[in-house]
Amino acid sequence: MSTRLAKSGRFINKSKQVSFTFNGKSLQGFEGDTLASALLANDQLLVGRSFKYHRPRGVIASGAEEPNGLVNLGKGAQFEPNARVTTTELFDGLTAESQNHWPSLEFDVGAINTHLSRFLPAGFYYKMFMYPRAFWKHVYEPIIRKSAGLGKAPVARDEDTYEYFHVHADVLVFGGGIAGLAAALAAAKSGARVILMEQTAHWGGRALVDQPTIDGMAAEDWITQTVKTLEAMDNVTLRTRCMGAGVYDHGYALGYERLRDHTPDSDGPRHRLWRVRAEQIVTATGAIERPISFCSNDLPGVLLASAVRDYVANFGVSLGDRTIIVTNNDDAYRTAITLVEEGLTVPAIIDTRAKADGELPQMARAMGIRVELGKGIAKAKGTKRVTGVVLCAQAGEGAPLEEIACDCVAMSGGWSPVVHLWSHCGGKLNWDEDQAMFRPDNERPPTGADGAGFVTCAGIANGHLYTAEGVADGFAAGRAAAKAAGHSQKPGQPPHGEDVQEGPITPVWMMPQGAGYELRSKAWLDYQNDVKVTDVQLAAREGFESVEHAKRYTTLGMATDQGKISNINGLAILADTLGAEIPDVGTTTFRPPYTPISLASIAGHARNELFQPIRKTPISDWHSANGAHYEPVGQWRRPYAYLRGDESVHDAVNREVINARENLGLLDASTLGKLVVSGPDAGRFLDMMYTNMMSTLPVGKCRYGLMCTENGFLMDDGVVARIDDQTWLCHTTTGGAERIHGWMEDWLQCEWWDWKVYVANVTEQYAQVAVVGPNARKVLEKLGGMDVSKEALPFMQWADGRIGAFDCRAYRISFSGELSYEIAVPASQGAAFWNALLDAGAEFGAMPYGTEALHIMRAEKGFIMIGDETDGTVIPQDLNLQWALSKKKDDYLGKRAHLRSHMASPDRWKLVGLKTLDGSVLEDGAYAIADGTNANGQGNTQGRVTSTYYSPTLKRGIAMGLVHNGPSRMGEVISFTRIGAAPVQARIVDPVFVDKDGEKQNV
Amino acid sequence: MLILHCPYCGVDVDETDLHAGGEAHLHRESTGSSDQDFENYLFMRENPKGVHFERWQHAFGCGKWFLAARCTTTLEVFGTYSAQTTEPPQDIQDAITHKRQGWSWRNFG
Amino acid sequence: MSDVVSALNGKSMPGDVTITEAGLRGMITLRGDLGNSRVRSVCTGLTGVDFPLQGQANCVGEQGLAWMSPDEVLVLVRHDAVDAALAKIANSLKNQHHLAVNVSDARAVIMVEGAFARDVIARLAPADLHPQSFATGTIRRTRLGQIAAAFWMRDETTFEVICFRSVAQYAFDMLANAAAAGPVGHFPAAQ
Repeated sequence: MSTRLAKSGRFINKSKQVSFTFNGKSLQGFEGDTLASALLANDQLLVGRSFKYHRPRGVIASGAEEPNGLVNLGKGAQFEPNARVTTTELFDGLTAESQNHWPSLEFDVGAINTHLSRFLPAGFYYKMFMYPRAFWKHVYEPIIRKSAGLGKAPVARDEDTYEYFHVHADVLVFGGGIAGLAAALAAAKSGARVILMEQTAHWGGRALVDQPTIDGMAAEDWITQTVKTLEAMDNVTLRTRCMGAGVYDHGYALGYERLRDHTPDSDGPRHRLWRVRAEQIVTATGAIERPISFCSNDLPGVLLASAVRDYVANFGVSLGDRTIIVTNNDDAYRTAITLVEEGLTVPAIIDTRAKADGELPQMARAMGIRVELGKGIAKAKGTKRVTGVVLCAQAGEGAPLEEIACDCVAMSGGWSPVVHLWSHCGGKLNWDEDQAMFRPDNERPPTGADGAGFVTCAGIANGHLYTAEGVADGFAAGRAAAKAAGHSQKPGQPPHGEDVQEGPITPVWMMPQGAGYELRSKAWLDYQNDVKVTDVQLAAREGFESVEHAKRYTTLGMATDQGKISNINGLAILADTLGAEIPDVGTTTFRPPYTPISLASIAGHARNELFQPIRKTPISDWHSANGAHYEPVGQWRRPYAYLRGDESVHDAVNREVINARENLGLLDASTLGKLVVSGPDAGRFLDMMYTNMMSTLPVGKCRYGLMCTENGFLMDDGVVARIDDQTWLCHTTTGGAERIHGWMEDWLQCEWWDWKVYVANVTEQYAQVAVVGPNARKVLEKLGGMDVSKEALPFMQWADGRIGAFDCRAYRISFSGELSYEIAVPASQGAAFWNALLDAGAEFGAMPYGTEALHIMRAEKGFIMIGDETDGTVIPQDLNLQWALSKKKDDYLGKRAHLRSHMASPDRWKLVGLKTLDGSVLEDGAYAIADGTNANGQGNTQGRVTSTYYSPTLKRGIAMGLVHNGPSRMGEVISFTRIGAAPVQARIVDPVFVDKDGEKQNV
Repeated sequence: MLILHCPYCGVDVDETDLHAGGEAHLHRESTGSSDQDFENYLFMRENPKGVHFERWQHAFGCGKWFLAARCTTTLEVFGTYSAQTTEPPQDIQDAITHKRQGWSWRNFG
Repeated sequence: MSDVVSALNGKSMPGDVTITEAGLRGMITLRGDLGNSRVRSVCTGLTGVDFPLQGQANCVGEQGLAWMSPDEVLVLVRHDAVDAALAKIANSLKNQHHLAVNVSDARAVIMVEGAFARDVIARLAPADLHPQSFATGTIRRTRLGQIAAAFWMRDETTFEVICFRSVAQYAFDMLANAAAAGPVGHFPAAQ
């Protein structure tokens, strides 16, 4: 059984007990434990069920590569699925539940799948659930969905906070092992700004476990001393619990800091996403041990050899009393030696190699440990945990030689450098035949903006498995990175490491080498996705020869662990099956993040009221306090209508329209874009921007203008006012201010840069109020000040002056067909001006109106709206706006495009008014039905609705639409689609429904 | 995520501060142009694997447009320069030649 | 004139880093030839500070000059002094191509004051805020969360942030949220 040893582990504090629960069972651990070590100390070997076959699974690793130990962590607002037990630090009150089992972890019905595994090979779902077609949606998918998936999705809202942190660094070092520390030290001493990130809570990496000698001292002391040195340096930032998540173009990198996952009751953000721009990045991310593919290598109690050693050294946890070591290299002997030193039994070291006479094997033999050379494991025995292994010759087919009882198997198939971060942005790999590993090809690094490499791998991640070369490589990498970033002070001497001599590794991809189908079909490659040796072989036989295809067909490496321990073994099997060399098969693409990061950290602060900016006008507070029902217009929120009492939105809109037509309506028009265009060439410039002539507009007058793209399509409209000889003020649509400003700047900067014109966006300088209705003039005259009479300020003119206590600019323009003034005052006085109008207007029936009333009134008058009548494919001619296309100008944006054959075609759909025969309101976007069907068998169309409203003025539905040859078909009745109902008939009419002659606005 | 040097502000700028504006050095065709020339101006664009010239606006900064010479495969940036020019300046062309012998793009190179 | 209010009416969130809306400031966007001596002298005459170099903001009290682009400078004066300043500019630059507009009310000014003010800004903006790169007097126009903003350092622990008036609430809330999250401990004290 697994248990806590008498000797304490390095990381745990035995004087501080910590309580936690697993599947409702109350358990005890110590401060410094991970959830994995605490579970193992409680003999909780079984932590979950596998994805496909629901096989019992135990922890296999001690770090980020763990595929099996995934749990649902926490409750309610702090619930998180798929939390890795090996990287979850224990805290008091932690609650965890195992995943993917029913009804319980110990007894799981789905485990029947394991007996069906012959019938559930790779691609089973693809092949099996093809027919009958209808079954997929209604039978297969619902069943598969129910049985698939690992953790549960959270239900409660996440109440924690998250943030970004943007930083720039000369040298960013990922990995706080000895190579990373050496790299950071060298870079910092060279004078660079350095950030060092370590994903675990501890500095030193695996050196803490194996304790090599560095600079004449134990590694632990060297680590402590180096961290102290770095901490004292102003130019260094050190972070633990901060993982290098990804490396991207031009030196961009993400660090994922878990600030209080280990102390969930403390204050502050939970996760911080470091968004780093680094001149140079050093990845000293170490290596991950590989499992060995033998039959039943997934039984609980079968672990990586290094993990067994880690649990003893770091957490004082023994995985079992009798541990079999199975290896193809010398490193695993360290585990045997460690265990025997702790007083535990190692019945045998099973070494596939013919020879093992390095220092470590010699030491093991000297301790009396049995070493079996040239041997392998035919199969591991046991059901819910390993109880023994069957010894066989590695070279054979698995004929049993002997059965050895054990309660733990520590396996080592060699080490794979963690090259993920190197590879994220295009770093290439070479296959190192001698060490049986992919390692970075330093000649082909990821390249940055200057075309030079910006990532260096260091230490074990660079394929230097030994201490001496590892720390030296780290130091050299740090120094070189600093130099590349422009810092070349002398960093002093590199650290000196010492190693024991190790013998060479012999790659083992299958154990035993000639294992038959029975053994291979239970030899696991990908534990989390239940991919076995036979699955990869099947994929290869069926033609999925590319590693990327084989990956997707078998799902090898597609689980949440992204195949950290399985990918190399899998592609080696693929290569072997194809009779190809491993480097020719290659690896799948490494993609960020290195391990999953929280979605909330990616969102950062952008949630709740900070989800996105909401733009407010100076009058917004009044709107909110007076029943505004808002609609989004770009990032603005504009009142759609103001609700009174319990009236409906529809009723409020109708009330507002009627009141503006009969009394006095007030509209907050502050959101309309206002651009000042000024300079000696401003008139000439605006003649290019607008389809109409703006240069001839007299000072003091206003003109409605259209803007087209070079494609000829309508993009914006608005009223332009001539301010002085060289200055115009251009109104844009609410959503268009920034866009049109940018559009003007683009042409001025990139096409006509010799024209003397300046543009400024003054949209927000002003609060603008539309004062609309028969009583509009009365309220202004009551406030007093400038002359707003018909004679002094006629339609389509503007004047500066004073109304009441407010300096203002009054534009006599109308988008409603009523007598109307738009009055701009400084934004800082907007709210006061609005209130003054309401107070003075009370006796005239003043009432605010929202955007829906605005829309209805403009539609009643047949005025177009950008975004309703236009959709990026509509030209002014479609909207009968030929009058606004200047014939006197040689050129304007869009003019040439209007000559293209399709634009000049007489068959375009054109704007008309539409009235249903029954008075109902047409559906928005409804199509006009034409006879026959098109080539796809769909009904033909002859037009569509662009704006449709209930007109309270006319007490019936009115609409505008684009209809084929519409203007010449006045009076004709055509049919329009309705969703889920019979078509409705409407008559083609003039689009001006109200006051055709403009008698109301021109008073 | 790219970093480009804004030649107006003199700072290196994250891509998120920029607005991409498509191909650089387009020649505007207008009234009087043939259908073919106008169509080329509106629609026909280079899609090179390698050296490319692009328009970028420092949208969240000074608001100015500048041009960038960039490799579309490696994302190497050969240089950024003022938008007030109809062709890549000689020093930019030299910088590209130095890195990519025999490059060509439209009628340049 | 009655009831003149800034976007957030001087709202403040006290803390280790205090966020305060600074109230109304007079601001003039002046576009023109920044190398021209008349342009420079009218600017320095109005504000009493040196004309800023590229990427710099020189501010004393409510007055100052901020470099916004190669042909744009932001002239900061008292809010009630804008009309006079505009008149002076118009007079000085008569017959010279330029554009001067009052943008005082189009903007909000938010002060970020406290020991870890750099951390607060760095949570929201992608600019390099290391003291070696960003010191008192440096101005940067960039993103603050999802909005455009400009900020400069008045002194070692004070940032002055300007943004559009319509998004003042969003900017304030973001800054207050970032200030409440405490120090990160990354930036060294300025040398």
